[in-house]
Amino acid sequence: MAKKTIKINFDTGWDLAPAVESTSHIQLNEQYDLFIGGKWIKPSSGKYFATINPADETKLAMIAEANSKDVDKAVKAARKAYNTVWSKIPAKERGKYIYRIARLIQEKAREFAVIESLDGGKPIRESRDVDIPLAAAHFFYYAGWADKLDYAFPNRKPQSLGVAGQITPWNFPLLMAAWKIAPALATGNTVVLKPAETTSLTALKLAEVIQEAGLPDGVVNIVTGAGETGAAIVNHNDVNKIAFTGSTGVGKIIQNAIAGTHKKATLELGGKAANIIFEDATLDQAVEGIINGIYFNQGHVCCAGSRLFVQESVYDVVLRKLKDRMESLVVGNPLDKNTDIGAINSKEQLQVINKYLKIGEKEGAKMYQSNCSIPKKGYWCKPTLFTNVSQSNRIVQEEIFGPVLAIQTFRTVAEVVEKANNTPYGLSAGVWTDKGSKLFNMTSQLRAGIIWGNTFNKFDPTSPFGGYKESGFGREGGLHGLKPYLKF
Amino acid sequence: MARVEVLKTYKIYIGGKFPRTESGRFYSPKIGGKSLGNICLSSRKDFKNAVVAARSAFGSWSNATAYNRTQVLYRIAEMLEGRKAQFIEEIILQGSSKSEANKEVEASIDRIIYYAGWCDKYGQLFSSVNPVASSHFNFTVPEPTGVVSIFAPEENSLVGLVSTIIPVIASGNTCVVLASEKMPLCAITFAEVINSSDVPSGVVNILTGKRSELLENMASHMDVNAFLYTGKNKKEMLSVEKLAVDNLKRVRLKNLTNVYSPDHETPYYIEDFLEMKTTWHPIEKIGAEGSGY
Repeated sequence: MAKKTIKINFDTGWDLAPAVESTSHIQLNEQYDLFIGGKWIKPSSGKYFATINPADETKLAMIAEANSKDVDKAVKAARKAYNTVWSKIPAKERGKYIYRIARLIQEKAREFAVIESLDGGKPIRESRDVDIPLAAAHFFYYAGWADKLDYAFPNRKPQSLGVAGQITPWNFPLLMAAWKIAPALATGNTVVLKPAETTSLTALKLAEVIQEAGLPDGVVNIVTGAGETGAAIVNHNDVNKIAFTGSTGVGKIIQNAIAGTHKKATLELGGKAANIIFEDATLDQAVEGIINGIYFNQGHVCCAGSRLFVQESVYDVVLRKLKDRMESLVVGNPLDKNTDIGAINSKEQLQVINKYLKIGEKEGAKMYQSNCSIPKKGYWCKPTLFTNVSQSNRIVQEEIFGPVLAIQTFRTVAEVVEKANNTPYGLSAGVWTDKGSKLFNMTSQLRAGIIWGNTFNKFDPTSPFGGYKESGFGREGGLHGLKPYLKF
Repeated sequence: MARVEVLKTYKIYIGGKFPRTESGRFYSPKIGGKSLGNICLSSRKDFKNAVVAARSAFGSWSNATAYNRTQVLYRIAEMLEGRKAQFIEEIILQGSSKSEANKEVEASIDRIIYYAGWCDKYGQLFSSVNPVASSHFNFTVPEPTGVVSIFAPEENSLVGLVSTIIPVIASGNTCVVLASEKMPLCAITFAEVINSSDVPSGVVNILTGKRSELLENMASHMDVNAFLYTGKNKKEMLSVEKLAVDNLKRVRLKNLTNVYSPDHETPYYIEDFLEMKTTWHPIEKIGAEGSGY
């Protein structure tokens, strides 16, 4: 073993001049009401809660808290819009409205990106290059389906369901709203959407876009609030369909609540994805893939590659390269274009992550964090990895939803397939090898809904997304993403 | 002296074997006041054993080629055709007229042939190649969900049974079936057909007994991935849906009355127990801009 490995000291001479995105062009109100029936309506309780910037803990705006009365209003507005307008207008016109939304998001992309980073803590590079363009692309893709549904399901006479209740998570706020709203509208349903309480702003800005696009009143309603607001949507008698993205725990509560009601559901839940590196992989490329797999969006990704499996023969070199690369990751101001890892979305989530760091060490795993500096204010977590872990460790079995990687090794294909599939989840997996036939063998053995070959965390509106096992059911994206919003 | 007829002992079918229930219990369903025999009253332990068998069969059955599954299903139909007379006799014992019995057996054979033909075709129907905006070959293919618990219909004990089992296993799922409680005879004889049809051990497991005793375990077992319910008992359906939540089983509720209708011959019954897998395969563009990610 070569003792003298050249170690680059990234802390010296590598300081990048700040390149902070300006916030001067964005428009935020001090207070946001509920968007119901095409109008902004005050919450019946009169209650508002603050949404804060997790990078500096400052208040960005006050957000209305919708209770079950407000949800009822929203569902009524959606039902009325469904009965009187949306189910009646020609599909082609429906599509044109959705195209308008896509275009308006593109036009306002910069504003959306900045607000997304302010409200959620994600690096501006990600909001700008991933979240917002993909959200627009999603509307653009589904807009075109609106008048072509008969071709997607030949001889089956696809029909809309009615009112869709949709609940989105805080990790990709606008993108998840797009994943939910675009297919629902294209298939002729009307929508009541509740964004996550820590990241409501871009959904509310989307409401403004929807107004500007001239969508008929009540076709899309946006109600803000926390778990109780979501529960009111799930339990409302006049909702035909529930689409939820979030934790497996809440997914099960929803599934239990709608048992016996004939409400259709799509659940996109947690994950603990295996990212598998074979010795014949292009290792530098694979290391980039590991980094992208677990540190993208602070690890707040349901399909994050949080379990790394490295073939034993290349373990030492991969670990060294990985640690070196971790040192070069810039943690800090989400609005800075140099930033790789932004702020943890909320105080609560930071507590969850820190809890798991303790659990990991307690269980005997060895923790390594990069030597980066982190800001004094706000919620931060250094990129972290654990070695010396076993299959039964909680940090290997449970979803942490943070920048925390657990590393294991393997020798044979059979061994890694067994280990990778040994989880109640089944959302995604990644495989790194230079051999196409090996890649195809692996992708067919892994029990997960999305498999990435020599890449990770790639998304596309044409590509169906969703899980096996306890990662949920139903697909979002692509032709398959239409089906959960239709009956035949 | 007239020859003494040899009577048949009806046993359950687990992992390619015909054991008695481990509980040693039995029940005697009666049709028109006449007992059909001493039928195994399967226990929860029998069910658990059956799940172990079904899980261990899943790997090889789901990996079998579609052409192979087509032929195995076709073979089931061949075997059933050869034993027509025995099934007709049993269905008559269970209270049907001769012509009804004949119709039921023929419909069952034809239904198996129908689904046999789908094994190597549904994949093309439900899959897609997705035109992503990056340098990847991106495609979505269906895969079987896993181990499926089945409540077979109470009526039409043969064609109902066939209509639930065959579409489930056509795609590579394995199953544990609870046969009709009051008409269990041909379920067990059908197990004999399965057993002599090149269907690997454990792919189909058939129990007899009571829904009321087995519902809880069949719906809550953590190594079962889906539940196919037939019938219209609202209380049962609600229990199944609630118990299925713990590991997010895919629950399908079906009403198989009017079982002869062509509506029950559809690839969407296969689709009910499929998961869609999307794969991003890299495309190397030598000399082109950017890398795979």
